[in-house]
Amino acid sequence: MDNVKLKINGLDVEVPKGTTVLDAAHKLGIRIPTLCYLREINAIGACRICVVEVKGARSSVAACVHPVSEGMEIQTNTEKLRQARKMTLELIVSDHRMDCLSCERSLRCELQTLANEYEVDQHKFANLNPEVDDSAPHLIRDNSKCILCRKCVAVCKHNQAVGVIGANYRGYKTQIGSPFDLPLDTQPCIYCSQCVAVCPTGALSEKYDHKKVWEAIANPNKHVVVACAPAVRAQLGECFNYPIGTNVSGKMVTALRRMGFDKVFDVPTAADFTIMEEGTELIKRLEAGGPFPMFTSCSPGWVKFCEHFYPEYLDNLSTCKSPQQMYGALMKTYYAEKEGIKPEDMYVVSVMPCAAKKFEITRDHQNAAGIPDLDAVITTNELALMIRQTGLIFEDLPDEDFDPAFGIASGAGHIFGVTGGVCEATLRTVSEIVSGKPLEKLEFNEVRGVAGIKEAEYDLGGKKLKVAVVSGTANAKKVIEDIKSGAKEYHFIEMMACPGGCVNGGGQPYQPGYVRNFTDLRALRAKALYREDAPKTALRKSHENPVVKEIYDSYLGEPGGHKAHELLHTSYVKRTVY
Amino acid sequence: MENSKTKNPFQGTKEQENELMKLIEANKNEPGALMPLLQGAQDIYGYLPIEVQTMIAKGLDKPLEEVYGVVTFYSQFSLNPKGKYKVSVCLGTACYVKAAGEIFERLERLLGIKGGECTEDGLYSLDACRCVGACGLAPVVLVNEDVYGRIGPEDIDEIMAKYKE
Repeated sequence: MDNVKLKINGLDVEVPKGTTVLDAAHKLGIRIPTLCYLREINAIGACRICVVEVKGARSSVAACVHPVSEGMEIQTNTEKLRQARKMTLELIVSDHRMDCLSCERSLRCELQTLANEYEVDQHKFANLNPEVDDSAPHLIRDNSKCILCRKCVAVCKHNQAVGVIGANYRGYKTQIGSPFDLPLDTQPCIYCSQCVAVCPTGALSEKYDHKKVWEAIANPNKHVVVACAPAVRAQLGECFNYPIGTNVSGKMVTALRRMGFDKVFDVPTAADFTIMEEGTELIKRLEAGGPFPMFTSCSPGWVKFCEHFYPEYLDNLSTCKSPQQMYGALMKTYYAEKEGIKPEDMYVVSVMPCAAKKFEITRDHQNAAGIPDLDAVITTNELALMIRQTGLIFEDLPDEDFDPAFGIASGAGHIFGVTGGVCEATLRTVSEIVSGKPLEKLEFNEVRGVAGIKEAEYDLGGKKLKVAVVSGTANAKKVIEDIKSGAKEYHFIEMMACPGGCVNGGGQPYQPGYVRNFTDLRALRAKALYREDAPKTALRKSHENPVVKEIYDSYLGEPGGHKAHELLHTSYVKRTVY
Repeated sequence: MENSKTKNPFQGTKEQENELMKLIEANKNEPGALMPLLQGAQDIYGYLPIEVQTMIAKGLDKPLEEVYGVVTFYSQFSLNPKGKYKVSVCLGTACYVKAAGEIFERLERLLGIKGGECTEDGLYSLDACRCVGACGLAPVVLVNEDVYGRIGPEDIDEIMAKYKE
């Protein structure tokens, strides 16, 4: 490709033709502020914060969309630009609800950061225009904090192929919302919360449930247990200024104990049960000749997507509960029985990188003991807040282990939090069960990596097994349309709603646009989980997990058997789009 | 899905639906089909309620929000039917300085609707318009084809009394 030479702030730089000013400046280590820009899906030049001066140009241009050209001379930080950005910010905050003291996004808010940098006068044009939608179980939209950057609209449409939000009306009256301004919970929203993960202000925020958890901990009659999804240990450190991709499992366990949970368990342990059940289901389908492809069912966002957009494929969804729900089910049945606690006196909490999990606990047939399997779900962000509220100095905490009764997990259970991980974990167990001998190599490299659609073919006891691994529901749509048209055929498809899987889930710690645009969060966080499954790890297969063996032997019986089915499987409902 | 934008129940006929379906069929593979379809649909129904927008969204395999976003962006599209009597108040500069705003508010109170809406009995709709080219008569109110000029808020009750059935 042709290269272009130009000068930015007097520094020479050479970049490929077509590069934006923003990217060229980044190459020189020059940071141009952005608000609305989201790489690949939202390069719209709308917010005007990234304006730069181009020598000879009539007016300033938006760096996020303006391509470089030969001999260009650019200034990114003149007094004129600083004034322009300041004015833009003052107009943006003119109709903004200023509850920055307690706003969920406070201190991580990109608007707040810039307003501080540019010494913005928040009262200059003040005129509030509020509308709050808290109808959905996972998020709250407060449009008085919205800056109309449309990042939420872009991820919903392009990454997720859902499109339940968009810009309504025009000019000053423009509002992001759903059709006919209907509440979000009336829409085919899949609750993935990818919109919350990219919102640069507090216009979209997670619906917090931490107060319920504090109440339960304070109640002496409740036995409060908690378990953490694999991805949480790969994300939580970011809330305490650790580098992205640091595994903080040990400190997280210590923190949870000191917060007052009676037991600290691990969701990857439950993931090992999921593999036993899902693997058994796959083997049964292979014997019965279908229905294929079998879709995984761990991701509640994906499940809801399938229910709304492809209800004709519900028989293809594995009937297995997600690891979260298997954990809850076993807590209120097996564990409660063993410990002599009434299921009603148990309070079961999970920590998730995912806000759709808050919806999952309210679904039908997620009540093994006749009461909901779980009582509360908190996200990584809520856990970080609770740790701060406890007064713990996170970085000074010692490392502790999960409680062993439900805290031993295989490497396979850990990689559940990454796209490809569920598939790889399933393949390990199913291969060994079908062939009856140990695998020589445990890595299934074809299904690893951050690509949105991955395909592979494996030999399973002489039979071909065609698999696909899909993350982001827009990719799920592509794959299902290919299956519909007959262009593709698979036996087994791992589906995750969020691009990159749970490590990039909607409940993840907020990373500003600038980090997101120039860093692959998915890959960095995934590494932390693959380290839990390193070749020298003793336990890397779900079916070798001693906790799994013990609970099947003493309580559940056979994987896929009657009792396992009763406790660990669920059902789905047909939903509509319009 | 409940319609939250109009007080008037949808009264589309099978004939109207067939006409719209034909239009969708003819346009759905064209790039940029949404605008002409919305214009066509408004010609057929007179307005674009949720029922009509849903048919278009389904026909184009697009999210309803994408349709609604376009409908609310352009002032030519209406979410409410027009009444038997279409009342328009000119809020252009000349009329506005002659208290057309007050006349508009008086009409909103009298009819019990906001600008852009239609009364539940389908008799009256109220809209603000820009210059009708009769600034010499400012302020100007139109009821269908009838023009009323040089009036004040106090004349409204009498004018509207002529349009009862």
